Amino acid sequence: MLAMRTLAWAAVVGVTVASPIARAEEESGLDALRAEMVRMQEEHQRSLRALEDRVLRAEDVARNAEARVSAAHAGDGPVPDVAAGSSRTLANTFNPSIGVVLDGRYRAYSRSPSDPGIPGFALDGEAGPGSEGISLGETELQFDASIDDKFRGSLTLALADDGGTTETELENAFIETAALADGLTLRGGRFFSGIGYLNAHHAHTDNFTDRPLMYRTFLGGQLADDGVQARWVAPTDLFIEIGGELLRGKGFPGNASESSGTGAWTLYAHVAGDVGTDHSWRTGLSYLTADARGRSTGDGDLFSGTADVTLVDAIYKWAPNGNSTERNLTLQAEVARFDEDGRFTPMGGSAMNLDRHSYGFYAQGVYQFCRGWRAGLRYGQLQTESLGAAYSGTTLDRMSHRPEQWSAMMDWTNSEFGRIRLQYSLDESAPRSNSRITAQYVMSFGAHAAHKY
Amino acid sequence: MRKGLALLALALSLVAASEAGAALRVVACEPEWGALVTELGGDAVSVYVATTALQDPHHIEARPSLIAKVRRARLVVCTGAELEVGWLPVLVRQAGNRHVQPGHPGYFLAADHVPLLDVPSSVDRSEGDVHASGNPHIQNDPRNIQRVATALAKRLTEVDPEHADHYRSRHTDFEARWTTAMTSWAERAVPLRGMQVVVHHVNWVYLEHWLGLERIGALEPKPGVPPMSSHLARLLKQAADSDARAVLRTPYQDARASDWLTERTQLTAVMLPYTVGGTDGAGDLFGLFDETLRLLLKVAP
Repeated sequence: MLAMRTLAWAAVVGVTVASPIARAEEESGLDALRAEMVRMQEEHQRSLRALEDRVLRAEDVARNAEARVSAAHAGDGPVPDVAAGSSRTLANTFNPSIGVVLDGRYRAYSRSPSDPGIPGFALDGEAGPGSEGISLGETELQFDASIDDKFRGSLTLALADDGGTTETELENAFIETAALADGLTLRGGRFFSGIGYLNAHHAHTDNFTDRPLMYRTFLGGQLADDGVQARWVAPTDLFIEIGGELLRGKGFPGNASESSGTGAWTLYAHVAGDVGTDHSWRTGLSYLTADARGRSTGDGDLFSGTADVTLVDAIYKWAPNGNSTERNLTLQAEVARFDEDGRFTPMGGSAMNLDRHSYGFYAQGVYQFCRGWRAGLRYGQLQTESLGAAYSGTTLDRMSHRPEQWSAMMDWTNSEFGRIRLQYSLDESAPRSNSRITAQYVMSFGAHAAHKY
Repeated sequence: MRKGLALLALALSLVAASEAGAALRVVACEPEWGALVTELGGDAVSVYVATTALQDPHHIEARPSLIAKVRRARLVVCTGAELEVGWLPVLVRQAGNRHVQPGHPGYFLAADHVPLLDVPSSVDRSEGDVHASGNPHIQNDPRNIQRVATALAKRLTEVDPEHADHYRSRHTDFEARWTTAMTSWAERAVPLRGMQVVVHHVNWVYLEHWLGLERIGALEPKPGVPPMSSHLARLLKQAADSDARAVLRTPYQDARASDWLTERTQLTAVMLPYTVGGTDGAGDLFGLFDETLRLLLKVAP
């Protein structure tokens, strides 16, 4: 028992005595380790610093080298983030450029016209202002391409909703020479005639939702016909263009004679120039003559004879420094004389001689006051001779009324591909005046042909 | 009839003869190419420049006066890469001039002769006014001018072989002067390397690439689309938090947007010449880069 106790004590003493000794040994080892680690750390940091220095020196060298390289224009070698050579412009060569123009409208009238006629004038079927409510305008599909090195082709299809059925109209389908010299260009097929100013422009480029009264009355909105066109640009600093067309004569004011080849022809000239960098102008004189044979009007009246249209157009554009992105102004006006010479047959009556002159004009201004926003005002008027008692009750009875129309519009253009427009028109083309409000969008996608002046 | 045709032929040959002796008529779409044609052609060419430095080359009216110029031109020199897609096609179509139709030697596009930056991997109009073939504003890198000069000198000798030696010797001379100038520009430009900038429209990628500028933002969030207030607020914060020194714009861009930013940040508005004639000092191509560097160095760190 004693021996055991002694042993235990010895053990306790031994442990208590021995442990500090062991601790001391341990601590000296740790110190060495710590010192070693510090040394290693320092060494590591030294080598890191050396490495950093080396990298910085290398960067400097590289930078200098680069500067020297660009100085010595040895940078001609391939730049890393670039496309390869000129092949990129060839990707679309054999595809036509295809574009779609979407046009939607909402119309509200103060008076729903049961008869969209204008007293005193025989109108084409498409001359009306359009129906009330929500509707689609013409949806255009445009295809354009070079045919070969000498010809170019263009096709425009207009899809229009007509009382529940979709009508496809071939608006333009023509070929044109690209490779004639000396300013001459020939065109064949169906196209918008080059007469006047607005006539050659697609309706979606118009500044108002509808064509002026004068166009609706004398040209059925727009003269598009089948035929051939030749135009020539003079080799002068002043722009001088002379053009002429032989047409089938199908479009209003003609109505295609099936027998003879050409029912209409036109001749026109345009002169244009700039004044400084801020101003540009164009003016033109055009003449159209068309045959009508038994051309019917809305009431079943018939006209046979010739209809001539003489047009004078003028347009002026202003943009500060020629930069139209922020602000610009466009003033334009056209005057037309409309001559009918032939025989008129009222419904249920006998033929009478008709020789009458009518006049029409419109003038408009559109101002872009800040980027994207434009406002415009237009006035149009028609005048015609009184034909006497024999014509009373017929389409050509002007009912002592002078048709006129005021229109004001405001539009917003987000990008060059989309435009939203609001227009108010005071339409006094008929004796009872009609207020019309039209909201319209015109948007395009796909390839979009560059716009004419 | 036959007599009439003979008279017409005579008249045409007279016109042709009177044109033959005269200087080569060139229409340049932008001032930088007009200046380059003058450098390479000298007296042998007469150059008409269709736009000025104050006009946005994306949006030019296809004015009849330009059609009249293209009608008589033997060479049309434009940027290409769809920069002039809204007006140039109308000019060449309406002019009735065989020589300058696409594919003919008289139709020269500068962008076909330089490597383009910013070629989009996808093209969608919701991204703004993007150019499918790459960024067309190539003229602010002197290495591009050099590349175009080589191709254009060759084209001039093709279009006007009579003066081929003249164009070749002028090109050699220009090349020598340009190389010297580029060396001095590179030396002067060293402090600009890594400088942060904000731009109006992405007109400056080639300048950024050449000088090593770092673009941290653009006032137009998408090319050609005016900025919205949320975008501007974000850009304002970005610019204020950065080391950006300048807002770059061209002479044809409205100063209001960059003034708005400079009033609220440490940035300075810098109108660079962008093209020949853009500022008083940028009278020719050499002046264009001298001025660009001078104006940038004023705001350099």
